[in-house]
Amino acid sequence: MSILFDGLSLGAIYALIALGYTMVYGIAKMLNFAHGDIIMVGAYAFYVALISSGHMALGIVVAVIFCTVMGMVVEKVAYKPLRGASPLAVLITAIGVSYLLQSISQLVFGADPKVVTIPSLGTVSLLGASISVSSIITLLIGAVIMAGLTVFVKKTRTGRAMVAVSEDKGAAMLMGINVDKIITITFAIGSALAACASVFYLMQIPSVEPTLGSMPGIKAFTAAVIGGIGSIPGAMIGGVLLGVIEKICLSIPVLSPYTTAVEFSLLIVILLVRPIGILGKKRREKV
Amino acid sequence: MAMLEVKDLEVCYGVIRAIKGISFEVNEGEIVTLIGANGAGKTTTMQSVMGLIPIKHGTVTYEGKDITKTPCHKLIGLGMAQVPEGRRVFQELTVYENLLMGAFSRKDKKEIKDDIESIYEKFPRLSERRNQIAGTLSGGEQQMLAMGRAMMSRPKLLMLDEPSMGLSPLLVDQVFDIIKEFHKSGTTILLVEQNAGKSLAISDRAYVLENGEIAFSGTGKELMESEDIKKAYLGG
Ligand SMILES: Nc1ncnc2c1ncn2[C@@H]1O[C@H](COP(=O)(O)OP(=O)(O)O)[C@@H](O)[C@H]1O
Ligand SMILES: [Mg+2]
Repeated sequence: MSILFDGLSLGAIYALIALGYTMVYGIAKMLNFAHGDIIMVGAYAFYVALISSGHMALGIVVAVIFCTVMGMVVEKVAYKPLRGASPLAVLITAIGVSYLLQSISQLVFGADPKVVTIPSLGTVSLLGASISVSSIITLLIGAVIMAGLTVFVKKTRTGRAMVAVSEDKGAAMLMGINVDKIITITFAIGSALAACASVFYLMQIPSVEPTLGSMPGIKAFTAAVIGGIGSIPGAMIGGVLLGVIEKICLSIPVLSPYTTAVEFSLLIVILLVRPIGILGKKRREKV
Repeated sequence: MAMLEVKDLEVCYGVIRAIKGISFEVNEGEIVTLIGANGAGKTTTMQSVMGLIPIKHGTVTYEGKDITKTPCHKLIGLGMAQVPEGRRVFQELTVYENLLMGAFSRKDKKEIKDDIESIYEKFPRLSERRNQIAGTLSGGEQQMLAMGRAMMSRPKLLMLDEPSMGLSPLLVDQVFDIIKEFHKSGTTILLVEQNAGKSLAISDRAYVLENGEIAFSGTGKELMESEDIKKAYLGG
């Protein structure tokens, strides 16, 4: 029971990050390999705001704002000039941005992990099991954010424009949609979600270092591919699936050393059975 | 002054010159057709006029304003709209949402609703399927949707790229009827077609595009009666 809750909340973290990968892929048709490092940036922003003010809430707001701006700046400076360039050039640029962000934070904060002291929220007992409050909070807020995002994409003008751009950029332009603006908004949303994820991540592992984003970044990317890259509900399902499997594996002594191997095997199996991921769409190629 | 004036337009794909310096114009209230065989450069012309493909050389002027370098999304607000080749409706959105996307450049919510209703009146098939995902529509229905969607921006100049492509003769007639109706309601039309007979019949003027160059031009009637055109485009 408590394993399930921990798994679901870790899954919510992965899902929030996976959404950033999947939305950017869907709309800008690129793999933003620096997305994981936005989590790290968010964690440092939260850390700095927390030690200088002492307020959790302020830390969250600062992390979200800082990451949102950072995401838009990265898009504008690094990716926008490459619009129309070969996918390989864009990919290599993204890897470059990833190293750049890691190096800058190492220069500023040093390579040693910084401990983030978040007051423990304790546990509650539910149906006889003791469940950590931070898991419940993560799960609840994560669910609210994802529901909000779903409604935003389905029901708002900007959200529908995002769907249109992801499906057919040229046709979207013919509707009068400013595609560059939609791409910027997508990076902003993805980065804001990553900032939320970074705070939840720190609630589980309260320490931040320059490479913090790598592992959750790769796991969330895996989740996005499992769910079907480009698909928003797919990223949610993939994230939750991966989080639950991770916590279950960790709780079984013989399996626990191989947890990461199990997760990536799942990716391989799913890709063998269904190369486009669980909810991925086959797209007709457009001229 | 012409509504749309294209001058010495040159468009390249890499080293290939697809459009080799063509000039044509569309006056307010006209139906003008660009006819040409497959690969003549019709779609390239239409897309470069709309700013979807960069123009190598030449100018495009709309209502006296130089729009050669204006990005596509800004042209919609100026009153230009295009039904692209292959319809390209948003497959994952419903019929209703597709029509709403067509009005993206507008802010007058109430009138958008009214316009959607009048599209439904014009196209009862779309009305019946308003909540259906557009990807599940037949080719003819998708063409109607693409045309209705383009009209949702209330264009002054509507450009259509081979709207009759791949449709049964009955549907082709219907498409041409709708174009005539749009025209009657005050929309200027620039039509691209391989179906020369039908399009020349409704055109005020027409241009014949061959290998990226304009080979002939004249009134619809003149071209229909020309021996060369008959041989090359009208099957006899
Ligand atoms: N994306 C492209 N890349 C390279 N060449 C292209 C591309 N699109 C069209 N062409 C070439 O440009 C010419 C004109 O094509 P197009 O404008 O599509 O003709 P049409 O619409 O009259 O059939 C053709 O020779 C075609 O092969
Ligand atoms: Mg064509």
